[in-house]
Amino acid sequence: MRISRRILAGLATASLAVTATSCGGGGTSGSFDDTVTVGILHSLSGTMAISESTLVDTEKMAIEEINAAGGVTVGGKSYKIEYIVEDGASDWPTFAEKSKKLIDQDGVPVVFGGWTSASRKAMLPVYESKDAFLYYPIQYEAQECSNNIFYTGATPNQQSEPATDFMYKRSPAAGGDFFLVGSDYVFPRTSNTITKAQVKQLGGKVVGEDYLPLGNTEVAPIISKIKKALPDGGIIINTLNGDQNVAFFKQIQDAGITPSSGYYVMNYSIAEEEISTIGPEFLEGHYGAWNYMMSIDTPASKKFAASFKKRWGADRVVADPQESAYNMVYLWKQAVEDAGTFDDNAVREALVGQTFDAPQGPVEVMPNHHLSQTVRIGEINAEGGFTILEETGVVLPQAWNQKHPSSKGFACDWTDPSKGEKYKL
Amino acid sequence: MELLLDSLFNGVAIGSVLLVAALGLAIVFGLMGVINLAHGELMMLGAYTTYVTQLIFKLPILKPFYNSYIIVSIFLAFIVSGVVGILLEKTIIRKLYGSPLETLLATWGVSLILQQFVRSVPLAYGTGLVISLIIGLFLPTTFPSKIKESINFKYFKFSSWIFAALTGVLSGSVISSSVSKLSRASARNVDVTAPSWMRGQVEIIGTAFPKTRLMIIVITLISVIAITLFLNQSAWGMRIRAVTQNRQMSDCLGISTEKVDIITFGIGSGLAGVAGVAVSLLGSVGPNVGGNYIVGCFMVVVLGGVGNLLGTVLASFGIGIMTDLIGAGRLLSIWPDMPLPLSNTINFFATTSMARVMIFALIVIFLQFKPTGLFPQKGRLVEN
Repeated sequence: MRISRRILAGLATASLAVTATSCGGGGTSGSFDDTVTVGILHSLSGTMAISESTLVDTEKMAIEEINAAGGVTVGGKSYKIEYIVEDGASDWPTFAEKSKKLIDQDGVPVVFGGWTSASRKAMLPVYESKDAFLYYPIQYEAQECSNNIFYTGATPNQQSEPATDFMYKRSPAAGGDFFLVGSDYVFPRTSNTITKAQVKQLGGKVVGEDYLPLGNTEVAPIISKIKKALPDGGIIINTLNGDQNVAFFKQIQDAGITPSSGYYVMNYSIAEEEISTIGPEFLEGHYGAWNYMMSIDTPASKKFAASFKKRWGADRVVADPQESAYNMVYLWKQAVEDAGTFDDNAVREALVGQTFDAPQGPVEVMPNHHLSQTVRIGEINAEGGFTILEETGVVLPQAWNQKHPSSKGFACDWTDPSKGEKYKL
Repeated sequence: MELLLDSLFNGVAIGSVLLVAALGLAIVFGLMGVINLAHGELMMLGAYTTYVTQLIFKLPILKPFYNSYIIVSIFLAFIVSGVVGILLEKTIIRKLYGSPLETLLATWGVSLILQQFVRSVPLAYGTGLVISLIIGLFLPTTFPSKIKESINFKYFKFSSWIFAALTGVLSGSVISSSVSKLSRASARNVDVTAPSWMRGQVEIIGTAFPKTRLMIIVITLISVIAITLFLNQSAWGMRIRAVTQNRQMSDCLGISTEKVDIITFGIGSGLAGVAGVAVSLLGSVGPNVGGNYIVGCFMVVVLGGVGNLLGTVLASFGIGIMTDLIGAGRLLSIWPDMPLPLSNTINFFATTSMARVMIFALIVIFLQFKPTGLFPQKGRLVEN
């Protein structure tokens, strides 16, 4: 089993390397002084492949763009970026194993990778023990702050908190009771703990909470609970995973739990990609909260969507995780150029304070290795996109959530040696 | 009253999904003793058949009949899964009768192959392949026996397989060129949208029920009635029961046990396909859809007592009603002022994931006392 998987992964890498060299670069300048090889580590097989392969596509596109614009300039020399793509195979120990391979054997200065929290938790000890650097692009439950990971996705206070606030104060169901639904694993449970604390602060009431075991699509007991707890409509916060959303929305619509009867669902895991899979007819009128939405009407956002479609096909869409992946490649490039070296420690120092004009608007790297971002609340429309209803200003990331009882009053600062991973405010 | 009705309906709704999924397995595992781990994947084929039928009915020629596609797909799903099941029996399972461990491993392998097949083969060509299988398996049997005897039948069979392959390739490319969604392979989950007359709710005695759930209950009822009638009233049903009770004796009395095996397995697989249609109405259709149900199916069959349809029916409705009672915390609303420790315990188990744990625990405890299930089979097979 193990051996065959290795051989397969090897074959996959070999074939990718062939494609990489055949279409790699795409640079117009053509002349570079040297090359630098970075690592890309996502699942290309298994259940997560559908989602994670879109990140590989985006990261490749960002690298090609940088190469076309002259590559990375370090110490007066221009470097062409090349990449090694490794397959995490939706298997968390494999992520750790491949990380070791990329760091030790290939000697890459940086790895872009991961999606699930489980894969990040598996990789974390590897990067900490080897003092290497992982760039991780997904919105997650936070409660973690490593010196060896750079998180470009949203923390709960950059997604769920503004969303809860919107639902309670300004949505059509404002002032209503909350019901929380999620898949049974770490992200929904942590996110809902935060939401419950926040709803209490706002003066609202959480009248029910339920978790669906991963892989289970029987929603009937949850529906009867929702109907009992919210007989006249209310707010539902949904953190279900992947295809469980399809079962959930199909069945609640049949049971009459729809926006027209006063039930509004706020979703944290449904982006443009998922809307097209579930079908906009089931989602229309419900809400989503993200940092990036494809419908953002700025030149940077339009350019991002257009170049992705041009590179990978007109029917493709871009969503928040892809935008984070795109940003992190550019931020790495800027940090390396500022540091004047590919050395991890120097780049880590140079990274904090970097700003980038991202498709979502300006972002800045904060001392806790997270990004300051803009939060947007959107209503899902019949065309399968979001109609953006409101935008916050720039929201600073909280690695340790201030509403979660276990982390209240703590923060993270890697620029000050006396503070570090977790210090009391 | 309304509460009771609601709870009963929910229990029956959950139970009927379990029942329709387990019915085929009850026949294959119960009557033949074959542990078929590919049962879930046969369901998946049924679900994909629904998806393909839905897209084909969107073509301009069939558009006027779009609303009836779900009825058509029930029959098609039965045929598709049944034919794949027959092929499976003829090629793999037949050689493994009497060795349950090897059967278990082989069918698990088949389930992996089927999952990967729908991931990496465009559905249009998958449909083509199934069409050629259907023609190849059934065309030779349609010729009059006179022809079968007069010419060397081997050549006849061979040429009909060639015809079948050609038809398959042709229909595959026709579908692929007319329905663009089916022309590319994709591991992405797809979606079956119920026709408009099946969406929304219907009101019965003051309570609103989702129409798709009612449809699933109807599909289940029809399947159970049809299979009971078939087993108890038809000649082949009698032969199947005879072989189940005593294989050697039936063989001696001139029943073709080989044919009985094929028919039993084919029907069991076909019912898995029908279950696939039902399941596609509830969630999304993907390569893993069957895997989510297989454990539940075995649980129902074992709890009901291997080889007993009535047991399967009672077991699935029992599990369904228990799931609803525990998972939705119904006991609290029936008896609102129960003592605090009791109500806390019930609240603790009143989530979907804890309800599942509780039901598994209850089944394990039940099987400690009645290891052979609700209705143990009595007869020679068991004594052996």
